[in-house]
Formats: sequence, C-alpha cells, structure tokens
Amino acid sequence: MDLVPLKLVTIVAESVLEKKLVEEVKRLGAKGYTLVPARGEGSRGMRSLDWEGQNIRLETIVPEEVALRILARLQEAYFPHYAVIAYVENVWVVRGEKYV
Amino acid sequence: MDALELLRLNLLSPMVLAFALGVLARLLKSDLAFPEALYTALSIYLLFAIGFKGGVELSKTPVTTLLLPALATLGLGLLRPLSSYFLARRLLSLGRVDAGALAAHYGSVSAVTFLAALTFVQGVGHRPEGFLPTLVALLEVPGIVVALLLAKRGGGNLGEAFQEVLTGRSVVLLVGGLLIGALSGEVGMERVKPFFVDPFYGVLTLFLLDLGMVAASRFATLGQVGFRLVLYGTLLPLLHGAVGVYLGHLVGFSVGGATVLGAMAASASYIAAPAAVRIALPEANPSLYLAASLAVTFPFNLVLGIPIYHALAQGMGG
Repeated sequence: MDLVPLKLVTIVAESVLEKKLVEEVKRLGAKGYTLVPARGEGSRGMRSLDWEGQNIRLETIVPEEVALRILARLQEAYFPHYAVIAYVENVWVVRGEKYV
Repeated sequence: MDALELLRLNLLSPMVLAFALGVLARLLKSDLAFPEALYTALSIYLLFAIGFKGGVELSKTPVTTLLLPALATLGLGLLRPLSSYFLARRLLSLGRVDAGALAAHYGSVSAVTFLAALTFVQGVGHRPEGFLPTLVALLEVPGIVVALLLAKRGGGNLGEAFQEVLTGRSVVLLVGGLLIGALSGEVGMERVKPFFVDPFYGVLTLFLLDLGMVAASRFATLGQVGFRLVLYGTLLPLLHGAVGVYLGHLVGFSVGGATVLGAMAASASYIAAPAAVRIALPEANPSLYLAASLAVTFPFNLVLGIPIYHALAQGMGG
C-alpha cells in the first residue's frame, strides 16, 4: 500500500458563500470537495444572515501549492468581510493521483 | 368598525399572536427552535402558494386592468430605495455602503407582510384585487437593484448580485407560481386547492412563530445600533405606506387593495435583500440592516402599521 502525503484544507464559512467558495477551490485546482452544514460562533458572533447561525464546512484534499493558493485567495477576498476560518492539515491517502 | 376595534382584531389574529409567542419563547430562552429545513420548506410553500393564487386571478384579469397598478408599483420600486438611502445618510449619518444596504431592504418587499395585510383586509370584510401578488413580484427586484447601484456607482460584484436577486428562490417561486397559476387557471386551482389554499393560513401562522423567534434574537443588537435606527425603522414605513396607499387610491384600487399596496410599500425585505446585499456589499454591516428590517419594521407593520394603512385608505377612499 503506497501512502501519498497531501494537504487537507478545511474552510468553515457563512453558508451564503457556498456557491462562491466551491467555484474558487475548483478554479484554484481542487479536484473534489466535501461539504457539510455546520453551526458555531466566532469573532463575528453568531451568523447573522443565515437562519440562526448556519455555516458550511468545506473540506478538500489537494497538493501543497493548491492549498497555499486557496489560503491566499481567502486572505485576499474573504477574510476582511465575511465570517470565515480556514486551516491546513497533513493527510496521507492511497490513490494519490485522484487529487492532483 | 372603528380603528381601535380593528387594532384589537389585528392583535388577536393567530398570526400576530404566534409571532408574539415566538418573541416570548426567545426571551424566556426556551429550547424551541425550528430546524432550518422546516423554515425553508414553509417559505417555499408560502411563496409558491402566493404566486399560484395570484396567477389564477391573473388568468381572469384583462391586461389593461393591470397596466396602471403595474406602473404605480414600478414607481414605488424606484422611489423607495432613494428615500431610504437619503434618510439613512441624513438621519443615521451612515456611509454610502451601509445606507445602500438599508435602501436595498426598504426598496424591496416582504412577502409575509403582504400576506398579513391581505389577511387583515379580508378579515375586515374587504375583497382586495386578486392580482396583487403579481405586484409583489414586480416590487421585489427593482428596489434592490437601484439600492445597489446607489451604493456602488459602478464596479464591484453587481452582476453577481443581480443574478442573486433574479435567480433567488423568492423570485423564482413567486414568478414561477404566477405563471403556473395563470396557465392552469381555475381548473388547475381546483386540483391543488386542498393543499395550497385550505392549509395556507395555518402554515403562515407557524412561519410567523419562527419569525418571532428570529426577530427576538435580533433585539439584542438593537441596543448597540440605538434609538435612531428604531426611529428610522418606524418613520420610513409610515412614509412609504402613506405613499403606497395614495398611489393605490390613484390607480383606482378598492380600500382593501390600497391598504395592501400601502403595507407592501411600507415593508422591508428580510429574505431576498439580505442574500443579495451580503454578496454585493460584503463590507456593509449585517447587524444594522437585519435589526432594522426584522426587529423593528416587520413587527411594527404587523402590529400597528397595517391597521394604520387601512385607516388611511378608508380616509382617502371612504
């Protein structure tokens, strides 16, 4: 079994951004993603727009350079005005070619 | 019936009482909460049912009857964002972006306020014009567009915001329902009546219970934004409501129809506009526009506004 090291990027954001974020990560090179509803609270308080604090959690497994591109894009276009957090973790997968 | 009696009748309607229960539940920190899927389902049902009923009426209405009311509605759609914008700049001393965000909400329309007004005038015994839901669809979009133009003056994500408004669920359901109702007419109505007409007010009552909870969770932010926003959220509807009633009277509406047009003009959107504004004006402060439209204007119209517009309509047309 060959394990390939890749990066897991997790983005938690207000749900109004769902369509835009999916478009962004695909445009920046992600081959796939997983999306689940999330709820919570952060520095911007409970989500105000979506009913009673709805957020989304978007996960995508990508090579390091794509992960960095995604974070840079979030930094530039989303962090200033929207409720968004994002972080990167190391993961190992089989079938590494699926993700690049 | 005198005005006080009408106010009592309005306060004791199941919808207003359910809204009050929602507010109370939130203030008592009850664990009552609607799952988001239920809120979405109820709003889909309501919007489609309004559109459908309006469409059936439309199939019986000659186009010429519609022309003047449609023009008046478009006029309201263009005028309201302007007055909202300038009052926000003057009274609240807000910047261009925040004023534009508020204008988008007060330039659009709240379908639930429209329904509450319709229910009220029918309860009093009026028979308002059947094509009024068509006007709701007409009033929804232009206000948001004008307000975003005011805030942006070119540049930004305007295109994206237009798409958000035009393809948003409330417009698709309303306009789609109108078309389906207009094409299938009375015959089609007979087939779906047990589902779309008979349970309608029950669904609306439940929806208002949820809305009461959501509005109450906004009350906390009112303390931060202050008294002037409360003033803004009550004076502006009164001004817009009076203009709406007057226009309704001008185009020859019945007292009931003029009341409903007044309530539509006085209402502020809290479904279509917030989504469009969040995309187009991300730097605008959501606490501000949501508190104004949901925690001030909506309850004000529901409890006091509608009977006031009715009294105005009676004064002009009575």
